[in-house]
Amino acid sequence: MPTIAQIEAWLDQILEVEFSFRNTAEAVRQISRLAEQDQHYVISWVRRVASTNVELGYQYALHVHHALVLMERESVEAWALHAMDTYDRSGLRPALQVIWEVDDFIRINRERAIGCVLQEHERVLTGFLRGLSGRKLKIQSAEQIYTDTETLFLPPLLAILPSPEQNFLLYKVMITALWAQTRFGTFRTNLGETLATHPNPQRILALFQCMENLRLEAIIARELPGLYRQLDELRSALGEPPLPEIWEPFRQRVSQRDCSARDVLMQVCVMPESVQPYNAFAYQGVLLLDQVDARITARLEREKALFRIKLKMLEEELREQSGNQSEKRTDGSRFGKREIRPEERPEELQVEILLHDKPLPLPDDIKELITSITLDLGEIPDDYLQPAGPGEYDPALLQQDNALDQDVWQGSYHEEGAFLYQEWDFRRQHYRKDWCAAREKSVEPVYDGFAEQTLEKYSGLVKQLRRTFEAMRDENRLLKRQTQGDSVDLDALVEALADARDGREMTDQLFARQHRSERNIAVLFMVDMSGSTKGWINTAEKESLVLLCEALETLGDRYAIYGFSSISRKRCELYHVKHFCEHYDNEVRARISGIRPHDYTRMGFAIRHLSGVLTEVDARTRVLITLSDGKPDDYDGYRGEYGIEDTRRALIEARRRGIHPYCITIDEQARDYLPQLYGPAAYTLVDEVAALPLKVSDIYRRLTT
Amino acid sequence: MFQQRPIGGVFVQPKSVNLNEYRVVDEPFYQASGDEVGVFDSCYRNGLPVLLKGPTGCGKTRFMEYMAWRLGRPLVTVSCHDDLTASDLVGRYLIKGGETTWIDGPLTQAVRSGGICYLDEIVEARKDTMVVIHPLADDRRVLPIEKLGTLIEAPPEFCLAISYNPGYQSVLKDLKQSTRQRFVALEFDYPKPDLEAAIVARESGLDRTTTELLVRFAGMTRNLKGSGLEEGASTRLLVHAAKLIAAGVTPVSACRSAIAQALTDDHEMLTAVNELSSSIF
Repeated sequence: MPTIAQIEAWLDQILEVEFSFRNTAEAVRQISRLAEQDQHYVISWVRRVASTNVELGYQYALHVHHALVLMERESVEAWALHAMDTYDRSGLRPALQVIWEVDDFIRINRERAIGCVLQEHERVLTGFLRGLSGRKLKIQSAEQIYTDTETLFLPPLLAILPSPEQNFLLYKVMITALWAQTRFGTFRTNLGETLATHPNPQRILALFQCMENLRLEAIIARELPGLYRQLDELRSALGEPPLPEIWEPFRQRVSQRDCSARDVLMQVCVMPESVQPYNAFAYQGVLLLDQVDARITARLEREKALFRIKLKMLEEELREQSGNQSEKRTDGSRFGKREIRPEERPEELQVEILLHDKPLPLPDDIKELITSITLDLGEIPDDYLQPAGPGEYDPALLQQDNALDQDVWQGSYHEEGAFLYQEWDFRRQHYRKDWCAAREKSVEPVYDGFAEQTLEKYSGLVKQLRRTFEAMRDENRLLKRQTQGDSVDLDALVEALADARDGREMTDQLFARQHRSERNIAVLFMVDMSGSTKGWINTAEKESLVLLCEALETLGDRYAIYGFSSISRKRCELYHVKHFCEHYDNEVRARISGIRPHDYTRMGFAIRHLSGVLTEVDARTRVLITLSDGKPDDYDGYRGEYGIEDTRRALIEARRRGIHPYCITIDEQARDYLPQLYGPAAYTLVDEVAALPLKVSDIYRRLTT
Repeated sequence: MFQQRPIGGVFVQPKSVNLNEYRVVDEPFYQASGDEVGVFDSCYRNGLPVLLKGPTGCGKTRFMEYMAWRLGRPLVTVSCHDDLTASDLVGRYLIKGGETTWIDGPLTQAVRSGGICYLDEIVEARKDTMVVIHPLADDRRVLPIEKLGTLIEAPPEFCLAISYNPGYQSVLKDLKQSTRQRFVALEFDYPKPDLEAAIVARESGLDRTTTELLVRFAGMTRNLKGSGLEEGASTRLLVHAAKLIAAGVTPVSACRSAIAQALTDDHEMLTAVNELSSSIF
């Protein structure tokens, strides 16, 4: 059992007491009262928390005693990790809050145990929502339940009901209710104008919400009877009061099939004063008209433009197909429409687009647009059917969703549009969530004849390379003397017959078979583009790539080339040189020539991202080859053991995904850390930069035979 | 019925072929959703080969059975796979008691007997295999058998049909222009909801109300194409589910086993699809 003095010494060292005003006496007193096992446990966790932030570690040491009384060990660990995650995300103050308010953490934990967390079920719920039909909606968490007609906003956690299943169901019902608003025309009314002119807009809005909810519920009962039954069960589980008596006749009225949102609004305007709005049920959202209007206005304009441009594209495509026969009929308004409204289900409008009175087969993207437009307007207006004229629309209007790369950099903490990757913190023995923001960029091609010069410089080597790699090619060839095959091997048969006549045993290897190429390799080259490669290393890398491409083209293996560089975790960049599906053409050669040294060498994110790229390729063997000049290194603490440990983790993850990582380096100290990273046999050290171009292809050959 | 032209002096007497077991005796149930029957008829009479396009399980094979029955010709179906070689189609020599014997492949059999040869999912076959059908699929209408050194001229009754599913995203599974431009293409899609409900009801004997719900559920899964599912539920899957329901399985569990599990292995998508079915039934 450690003595008090020992504990104090440990804590003082971990919490850097010497350089601060922290007083560890209280923490030491508490920890010394714990059992020996717990003492070691606590000290190791204090160390882990303090590795993130010393003050956080200090507060943890002060409060962990209390937490251990209240919770199981597992929960105590979760609490510490949650505090560290909070620190990563929002800084010290909120993280300290987590440590101080253990009780809050316990309550939230309990809620999580019975509740349903939106984030955990987002994919399932999105799948459910997309299946329902209509516009492709998204789900996002927010305090209020509402929709802006493109996104459904839902609370991040539901713990109203006693079990997770029921709370999940509640989400499902909420989603359906909001979806029904967008799908069945709640926003196709002049509600805004009515409210503006009415003396008591609040009452009208409240009444409209009540009535509209009743109408939508009636539709759900018709359309999704199963869900409606679940909704009924949920309502009794929630203990919702029954609908006030006075509302019953209204419910009857709006339950009719042909009742629309406009009818509802009309009825609301003439409703007697005696009718009071009832309290909405827990699953019913609110109408936020400002949000909706803003969205609809922006969308209408965009979709009109998009629709007309797509029509124009369609028109051009058809003209090409028909070989300019209909060229003469270039007068306008050739597109028409036919609207089919099934009688029993008036809300299911189907629109066909006609060209010269014949229905056109439409691609999916236009079908989606039509759905979205009819949801907003109830029809496709005639002026939409005019194909767009040349230059009529600003292309920026159409790319509203894909914010440009440069925009993302306005404000360094913007993470929109980036791939977020976790990173392993070895001191914490845990991942830092969504830590690196990585982006894919393209190398600017430089047409300076670099590739040609390289080929000339190494012309002897190139010839030799082509020869060796050609020999490696596994081609289709005829295999003779097989036991099974497509055709008879006559030579073998004649011999066998002669043998039989001779009284010897006849072989059964009488057939010839076509052998098919089995070489099914995809290889991705990850090239270090950090600042340290400046100069001849950079040139050597580029030369190696040119020679390698030559060799691989001979061989026929699929390959891709990416460069990587970073400057802090917020600016991790991958530079695409060649995708798997691209051909090795002039542009790729120019991009190789355009490879320039940039900033630092953060390796984890690049390995994680490129493993993802590799897994998407359909190949039997996947190889990830890193060309590097040194240790993982970045300026925000990604160096030394931290960088190596994270890289090691990323490589383990890659191996788990069925990828073979390999490293080629020119770092002379590589022997100290590479065996630990890649394994003893999965790296090569090239001690002379000038030899790199000669070696790389050779290494590749050895690696894949 | 067929003529043979020797090439290079080699002449092999063909065996008489009897494809009676390939005849479609009873009328298969097929509900036309457009003019496909008429178009196919005209192709047949004019000796044009036909390409059926469409997602899996929407009735392409059934349509072929129906047409074979209607035209009274035997139907030879070959399901193509990635190891299918030209000799698998045309034929090969085998060794029997110290002698080689030629055995016709299904395509040759169909040509000799004036049947309909249907190559299902043609893109799955290797690229070089597809080339053997080229001379059959243009105005020459001949099948060269390299190993016999003969050319078989197809009789007027012979018809070649192939199918493929353009929904696959893979570039490897695309049809070459030189192949596709020899065919008259018929596009198939899932039938309109009413028709589909009628078909499912007829095939499974399930009542109309439940089949309509099933069709609506199928529509939901088709909405998910591209956002989690590769394909939506086909008419064939609906028939499977309907048969289970008719046999007493509850609709939700029939949808789970016959449809959801068939569509995906992704756990979350499975849950989403099951949630959709439980909303409907």
